[in-house]
Amino acid sequence: MMDYIWAFLVGGSICLIAQILMDKTNLTPARILVYFVTAGVILGAIGVYEPLVKLGKAGATVPLPGFGYSLAKGAIREVEKYGLIGAFTGGVKATSAGIAAAIFFGYIMALLFNPKTKN
Amino acid sequence: MEKRKENEIKNIYQQLVQKKVPQSSLIKDAIFAFVVGGLICDVGQFFMNLFLSFGISKDDVGYYVATVMVFLGAFLTGLGVYDNIGKYAGAGSIVPITGFANSIVSPAMEYKREGYIFGVGSKMFVIAGPILVYGISSSIIVGIIYYLVKMLAR
Repeated sequence: MMDYIWAFLVGGSICLIAQILMDKTNLTPARILVYFVTAGVILGAIGVYEPLVKLGKAGATVPLPGFGYSLAKGAIREVEKYGLIGAFTGGVKATSAGIAAAIFFGYIMALLFNPKTKN
Repeated sequence: MEKRKENEIKNIYQQLVQKKVPQSSLIKDAIFAFVVGGLICDVGQFFMNLFLSFGISKDDVGYYVATVMVFLGAFLTGLGVYDNIGKYAGAGSIVPITGFANSIVSPAMEYKREGYIFGVGSKMFVIAGPILVYGISSSIIVGIIYYLVKMLAR
């Protein structure tokens, strides 16, 4: 049960920060997402995001900064293992499931469904 | 004289804009974003616990959660449900990985009539593309820096 409470609080807070940025600065959602992924990479690299993942679990990994965190963590892990080439293989490997699923399911759903007319 | 009139018109215009722009209150937006974002993460937590109970290792469970959440985001976008949530949730539905899936399906559906290669295939990445470009590139830089630091520390 504690899992769910912490996931809710951590995940909710990350979204809250994004919402405040959107309201206060008129940044478009696309820009927010780019900033958040990049922030996740940087925070992941310097070890700041790790405690959030320990605490919030899915609350920290499901939001986009978690995607950045996985990218950074993967790159570092593979550099440890394989040297410099790991910088290129690690990030995409760690996030491969999300990226591949997004491309595959995204394509399938776009074929199956049509946009709903906005009213 | 001309200048004065212009300023007056500008003033009136500004007042009209103020009236017309929906007054989204920061507090309300923030609460919705927090609650919806939190709930989406709880759905992720549910699947994480579920897959862990199936005996999937802690290292691999992220792959499963990401795949399921992306599927849900894409499917609900196709059904038109996700965008309805998004009207209220704002960042709460944009920032989770389901929002990443949403950002792929929405333009892909929208541009279907431009064909399957340059419509669906390329418009999928209108928003997801920049995310991948900046995310992956910065992770490569992180890897290179880590490598250099490790070399120097030796």
